[in-house]
Formats: sequence, structure tokens, C-alpha cells
Amino acid sequence: MADRLDAGDVRERLLAVCRALQAARDELSAADREIGDGDHGVTMARGFAAAEEALRAAGPGLPGAQFRAVGMALMSHCGGAAGIVFGTLFLSMAREIRGDAIEAGDLCRGLRAALEAVARRGGAKPGDKTMLDALAPAAEAACGEPRKDIRRLLAEIAAAAGRGAEATREMLPRTGKAKTLGERALGHPDPGALSLTRIFEAFAGVDAGPRKQGASAAGATTGDREAPR
Amino acid sequence: MTRVKKILNDPADIVSEVLDGIVRLAEDDLVRVAGARVLHRRRIPEGKVGLVVGGGAGHEPMYSAFVGEGLADASVSGAVFAAPPPDQILLATEAAHRGRGVLYVYGNYAGDNMNFDVAAELAAERGIETRTVRVADDIATADPAERRGIAGAFYQVKVAGFACATRDGLEDAARLVERCRDNLRSLGVAVRPGSLPETGELTFELGENEIEIGMGVHGERGVERRELMPADELVEEMVRRLLADLPFSRGDEIAVLIDNLGATTWAELMIVNRRMRQLLDEAGIRVRRTDVGAWMTSQEMAGFSLTFLRLDEELAAALDHPVRAPGFAQGGG
Repeated sequence: MADRLDAGDVRERLLAVCRALQAARDELSAADREIGDGDHGVTMARGFAAAEEALRAAGPGLPGAQFRAVGMALMSHCGGAAGIVFGTLFLSMAREIRGDAIEAGDLCRGLRAALEAVARRGGAKPGDKTMLDALAPAAEAACGEPRKDIRRLLAEIAAAAGRGAEATREMLPRTGKAKTLGERALGHPDPGALSLTRIFEAFAGVDAGPRKQGASAAGATTGDREAPR
Repeated sequence: MTRVKKILNDPADIVSEVLDGIVRLAEDDLVRVAGARVLHRRRIPEGKVGLVVGGGAGHEPMYSAFVGEGLADASVSGAVFAAPPPDQILLATEAAHRGRGVLYVYGNYAGDNMNFDVAAELAAERGIETRTVRVADDIATADPAERRGIAGAFYQVKVAGFACATRDGLEDAARLVERCRDNLRSLGVAVRPGSLPETGELTFELGENEIEIGMGVHGERGVERRELMPADELVEEMVRRLLADLPFSRGDEIAVLIDNLGATTWAELMIVNRRMRQLLDEAGIRVRRTDVGAWMTSQEMAGFSLTFLRLDEELAAALDHPVRAPGFAQGGG
């Protein structure tokens, strides 16, 4: 069956996300130094280290409960805006993932709910050069044609987020610490959008690999690749 | 990239060790909530309006060490340069609550705003009323609604401490603090960058001969990068921008804060003060008090900020009110 992810599979993927965001610390901090205060990588690494610990401490459980454990850990341990934003992402998804496996419909509803909740909390809109610019296309990809192989769908979500992150290069910041930069922020991607891309890539099992700073490697080709499992 | 040398143990323990150090400065008055990044007064009078201040760590003594008689009832620290999470803010809120609600005073940053807003919702669920007056003094940002909170926090927390100690209700206390916020203006300049203690990396890069006007206290880029200039010229530029912003006018009485961002010498600050006072004299603005110190720091960032608070009788009385906290103490005025 390729149309659902069972609880064990979800757990492995969430652990992979936790490891990937800890490994991305320097890449994300470098991106944040260009337009922020340079601590985004440290913030995310700290939050996902706590999330990994929470997942391991909780042991196997229903997919929704695992998403909730990650969300709570991020909310309490990232700090900054990132804790609320990424905590809200996982907690919103947790509420929409009710069964013993994740199906395409869960991803669609979960990401739509997350988009709405994050926008409401942060007061930002798509186009403001935030992680919403990666989340909105990801949610759209998740809600595309039904009956798709779920692993392929995950890869497409990651690719859509990557294209969204790339597009933030050309946007002017309207919120967060980058907002005072104005045009000086042009040419640099939003670090939160990059983080979201790394989350989706790791969850999809797409090997992000070593890369230069920037979102360009999360381009269209990943959509054709199968998850390695 | 060069790593900045620091006197540290495990970088993961920085905030916790700083808080333990602060408590030992005033152990009769202060206590730390076990396992949390929350400090609070041991004795908070019943029926007093509570005051919680907080924000990212790394700016010490602001905000964590501004807890004590006449100042905050509790403070909550995030990680270095990162807003504290809602569960920690809630702990501070519960520690400060004495039946009259709790006032939040913190810097206007997206992260702090979101975390304190979530905490306020959690507090409301527990029956604790809160009000928020954000510090938003940095004129480097044009839109007043989007201004960052920097060294002006020193005066805003001082006024809030007075208001919460002397007013009967949360609304009444908040109104005085809002008046402080509305009459408060700051502008900083960075000469050399600070660093993130966890990684030892600089938070921004500045050329050999460059300074940045309007630099944020987290190392966010400011609004204008300039060639290093003589102190007098720099002060003229900063005072001109500050006076024009409120605007301050002839006959105004103000309090002036010269804040050391971390690694600037007292000698430099006095050179600044000398020229600033000449300019204020020329503008017909009377200085009622001057505070010089490293109150809102950004690790070893070199540079300073100037803060002007336009006074009325009540705000002046609030500043004169005695306080006793590890970060700042003064006798009766």
C-alpha cells in the first residue's frame, strides 16, 4: 500500500526531520545573518533536538500524537517567533491527523489548517517574505489531484515549498526583524521558508544533501524522485 | 569566521547560569522558579498589580535583572536573542499575580509579541487578566507601530514598576506606562559587532571603517551604514533625528539615557554626553536626569544608544521612585 503512512513510518520520518533540522543549523544561521539576527539555525536546532527527545521519550504512538509531541517541544524550546510558528504548524496538523495512519486527505486538511493558524498568529500574509510563502504552495500541492501515491505526494509538497522559498528572494520583508531592511533584503531567501523546505524534504525522504546557502536545490527535480523507503 | 573568546562553560547552560548568578546578587529578595527561566520577588504584596517583564537573553541586565522592589515582580528569559516560550511566560505570570491582574512590558518584536500573546490567552483561561504595553522606542524604523524596543526599556520598566506599585488597577497602571511609551525615543549606533555566544560567530559584519546607525540590539541591520566619523558629528546626527521624531520642542523637560551596548568605554560615552548636552542646551531642552550605563546590551557589541523621555510631573515622579533590583537600584528622589 502506498496510499498511507503507518504510525511506524511516520515516526521514522519525524525523527529524520528532527535530525535534518539539527544538521541544517549552520546553513539556516548563515541565511539569517543576511537578513535577520543570525540565530535562526540555533533556534531550530534547539527546538528539533527537544522534539527528537520528546519523540524518543514518548515511544511509538498514533501519528497525530507524534505530531503533537513535536509541536509542543518546538513551542516550548525553540523560543522566538519560530517556536510559535513551527509549533503551530505541527499542532495544527496534529489536530487533523486522527487515524492510525496518514493519508493524502490528512496532509491537505492539516496543511490548510496550519496555513490559516500561522497566518492568524503571526499577522503575516503570503508575499510578506515569511515561511507562509513556502507553506502556501505546499498546502496547494497537498490538496491537488487525489489518489496519488503518498510518497510521491510528499516529494511534490517538498518541491513546492522549495520553489516557494526560492521565490522569497524577490520579496520585500513586511514582518519580523528583517522588516527594517527593505530593499537590502532582496536576493536573500527567508530563513523560515528555508527551514520549512528542509522539514518537508526530510519528511518526504528527499535527500537534501550538502548544498550552498539558498533554496535552489529544492527545485522541480525532487518531484520525480521516490522516497528511499 | 573568527570565533569570539568568552568566559563560558557549556554554551547550552548560558542562560541558566546567568539567572543563577543574578539570584545570588539578591537572594533575600529573589527566587528562581526551579527548572525555569523565571525569576520573581519572594514577597509580593497581596492586591498589587503584577508586573512581568521579559525577552530574549543576552541583553543583560535587561530584562532578567530588573526584578525587585519598585520594578518588576517577575522576569522571564528566552534563549539568547530569542523570545521566551509561552509556558515560561505563564509561569512568570502566575508568580506575579496577586489578584489584580498582570501587566506585560517587553520589546516590540514579532517573536516576543506572539509568545506573550499566547501566554496571555493561557493566563486568561486560568482567570488572570493581563494587559500589554510594548517597548517601541527605536526610531530607526519609520512606522511607529513597527518600532523595536531597545534601551528605552530602562525607563519604561521603571515607570511600569512605579505604576504597578502605586496604582489600584491594571488599567490605570497600563495608562501611565502607555504615556511613557508614547514619549520615549531612542536611536543606536554600532561600531563593532557582538557575537552569538552559542556559536561564537559575529551577528553581523561591519567594515574596518564603518559604523551603522540604527543597528538593532540583536545585530539586525540598521537603516544606514556610514563611514566612521568624529564623535561630535555622530552625536549631532543622532540628536537631530531624535529631536525631530517626537518632535521634542523648546521648553521640554526630558530624562536622558546613554546606553552602552556592551563594549564601549565610559570615556567615549562622556565625549558623547558633552556634545549632546551642548545641543540640547541650544535647543532649549532641559535635562532633568541622565542615566549612563550598560542596561540593554548586545553581548560585546561596541556602540551606544541615546534615549530621550519627555517628562510630565507624573513620569518624573515615577523615575524618582526608589527601586532595588540586581540590575538597577536607586534611593528615594
